[in-house]
Amino acid sequence: MTFILTGVALLLLSGMLSLVGGRSRAATFLGAGGAFLACLIALPSTIRMLFNSSTESIHLPWSVPYGSFFVEVDPLSAFFLVPIFLLSALCALYGAQYLDPYSGRKPLGAHWFFFNLLVASMVMVAIARNGVLFLIAWEVMSLAPLFLILFEDEKEKVRAAGWTYLVAAHLGAVFILVFFVMLGRGAPSLDFDLLAAHGKDLPWGSGALFLLAVIGFGAKAGFIPLHVWLPEAHPAAPSHVSALMSGVMIKMGIYGMFRSLTLLGGSDPWWGYAMVGIGLTSGILGVIYALSQHDLKRLLAYHSVENIGIIALGMGVGILGEAFGNPALFALGFGGALFHVFNHALFKGLLFLGAGSVLHTAGTVEMDRLGGLMKPMPVTGTCFLVGAAAISGLPPLNGFASEFLIYLGALGGGLQGSALLFTPLVMTVAGLALIGGLATACFTKAFGVIFLGSPRVEGAGIHEAGLLMRVPMLILAALCAITGLAAPLMLHVLGPVVGALGKGHGENAALTGLMWAEGPLFMISLGSIGLGVLLIALVTARRMILQNREVSDAPTWGCGYVMPTGRMQYTSSSFAQPLTGLFRQILRISEDVRMPKDIFPSGASFSSHPGDAFRELVFEPVFSGVARFFSGFRWLQHGRVQLYVLYIAVTLMAILAWKLR
Amino acid sequence: MANLIDTVMILLILTNFALLGSSLLGMCINIAAFQGILIGVLPFLTGSGPVLAETAAMAIGTMALKGFVFPWLMFRAIRDTNVKREMEPFVGYSTSLMFGVAALVGSLWLAGHLVLPAGARGLTGASLIMPASFFTIMAGLFLIIARKKAITQVLGYLVMENGIYVFGASIVMERPWLVELGVLLDVFVAVFTMGIVIFYINREFDSIDASRLAHLRDWRRTRGASSTGV
Repeated sequence: MTFILTGVALLLLSGMLSLVGGRSRAATFLGAGGAFLACLIALPSTIRMLFNSSTESIHLPWSVPYGSFFVEVDPLSAFFLVPIFLLSALCALYGAQYLDPYSGRKPLGAHWFFFNLLVASMVMVAIARNGVLFLIAWEVMSLAPLFLILFEDEKEKVRAAGWTYLVAAHLGAVFILVFFVMLGRGAPSLDFDLLAAHGKDLPWGSGALFLLAVIGFGAKAGFIPLHVWLPEAHPAAPSHVSALMSGVMIKMGIYGMFRSLTLLGGSDPWWGYAMVGIGLTSGILGVIYALSQHDLKRLLAYHSVENIGIIALGMGVGILGEAFGNPALFALGFGGALFHVFNHALFKGLLFLGAGSVLHTAGTVEMDRLGGLMKPMPVTGTCFLVGAAAISGLPPLNGFASEFLIYLGALGGGLQGSALLFTPLVMTVAGLALIGGLATACFTKAFGVIFLGSPRVEGAGIHEAGLLMRVPMLILAALCAITGLAAPLMLHVLGPVVGALGKGHGENAALTGLMWAEGPLFMISLGSIGLGVLLIALVTARRMILQNREVSDAPTWGCGYVMPTGRMQYTSSSFAQPLTGLFRQILRISEDVRMPKDIFPSGASFSSHPGDAFRELVFEPVFSGVARFFSGFRWLQHGRVQLYVLYIAVTLMAILAWKLR
Repeated sequence: MANLIDTVMILLILTNFALLGSSLLGMCINIAAFQGILIGVLPFLTGSGPVLAETAAMAIGTMALKGFVFPWLMFRAIRDTNVKREMEPFVGYSTSLMFGVAALVGSLWLAGHLVLPAGARGLTGASLIMPASFFTIMAGLFLIIARKKAITQVLGYLVMENGIYVFGASIVMERPWLVELGVLLDVFVAVFTMGIVIFYINREFDSIDASRLAHLRDWRRTRGASSTGV
């Protein structure tokens, strides 16, 4: 606990110091260095607390009404703190080099100030045990990214993305505020331990509170249809910020969901149905939208939606297990969801950093302007490939292990349960399979179009990322593989975390449930290691055979074309067309087609623009309606000071008279 | 003592009417200055025992500021900016006086209904102190709302502050000073800033008509006329 709070203090201090640095390199050195150091200080003790499953707390009085400085690290908090510290440290390292070209031109001090503030506020959200403290940390965590997103504020699109983010973050915060106010009605303070006791006997039932939590925290996590800010904000932000936001910040929404489940007492089956429904919608629609994207960072943002959907599926399975009194289902569902939170932080962080390396050197992440990057950027390409395989849920990487837990829970519970339990679980299994397949297709497209083939646009100067950018990617790629192979051991870490969530079931029941998965996971790890050894042997054999022979590179056979160009290759949209064609109605792809005419056509063109049904059919009409309604009140804002004072005077007098009536 | 306080209060009410009915800017500044001195006397009358040294110092300081420094600052602002020596009302003088009567009635009603902490009124037995303070506040607000010039708004703030001062004096006999000090500082800054701002606005726009500040608003109608403020 001491180390964690020291880390927070160091983050804030170095953030403020970096402000002094202004636009110079010193700002980066102070800000990123401070963040890296703070995370390095806090990480070991957090990991130790997670492994010991110990709980430490500090409770100090605070003059704010209903508030107290009550912080606690329990296994659940520690489990979320580990990826925060890990990814923040790596992103700070990466960002230091990523932002280097901007030094002298952009206010780097402000950037690192808000970066460190974001990390510190995420830590505070994870350890706060008082409603007021939590809301303050949450609000800081919602505001700090805005200034990070607006780094390139001279671009119109970036400013628009900032607006979208701000509105989404605040709408979510409103629901969380109402959640705490309703939960704390009649309670002496908003300390979580008091609220947990209080939550069990609420007059209106905890169902309404559950819905508030789903909307409030879901807006942060990116449940469909509350996801609209993700595909706008992630491409606009600098890449290490995207990695941090997608890797851990949106997970704080998931943390909020888990924490509110512990505050709300027993759960109803319909909560589980709701979460499974949300998970299926977010997961399947997220990956379908990702398929149709042309911009790599937008594609990754939609994949965050998809993975949040998988996490929601796990939570739904866990809640169903709790409601139907099935400890194995409970443990595997929640365990899978939590494990996926950790895994997604690793591979999504890795993928965004990889996208950042491409953007850094090529200046664009439009997939149709890239190609053949594997040759100039072998490290980035290989790391991206590892991340792509992990996010597609392929063994032996970590994405597979967590999805496997959910599969196993759903299959095991579904076989013996009643129809009420059977139906959602079978849908979960089917949904997960569909998501996994589509994700694999999507990343085949992304990796193939960007890294394989030959360059689509002739551009010189594409080079491998610098050392500070390569090292974080390599570490994350290695962690993806290690976590996947060591998944049976991870189950022991997950046990206490899941045990803390269940009110009916203790830690032992959770562990017993999770141990179901140990055998299969162990076999898969063993098999993977065997296959790996075989692969290495084959590569070695190939090298030995070719040792004394002549090896030459030649272009791929071009089917007899005399003048092939890079632009003749499959584009990202043509590669995905067979699949996107199936989902035309949802995707709302708009196409501009100029067909070739006559016998000797003079010109033709084709371009397609993926849309978002929720943005275009739900949010834009609603918000423009709201804007129209309120622009009706513009006449009130006429600029006459005298009348403004009159409004105030009349209001005050009316209130006074009403009070004295 | 109670009679003396009530006499002061009646004088205060009369000055407010004079402010509402007067068309001369210089006259209004003088009346406000007189009002400042008038209420500055209050602490000497409301205290139960002998006057404390710090009370006296505060009272004299207030009188000096409101009676001499502020008027001097405002006269200087008028001189520097060459404005017309007229109040330029949105609401006519006789209508203003009618509002004054209504506000006085309202103040009396308010004072009768307001629940005050024990001992707030009983100490002196003066019955007019509460209504007079409310009336002064309302008159100040009215001056802000119903007069065009920026300088008359400063004047309105001053009058309003006088009302708050009297209200404070009636609530806490001995120590209204804590509140008073804060408010006085605000008003001082306001007068000072306004003087500077008015000067610069005048230099830029050749007018210190506050209604023309509408040019500075952040929203303009996109279609049609650019502004309706002139």
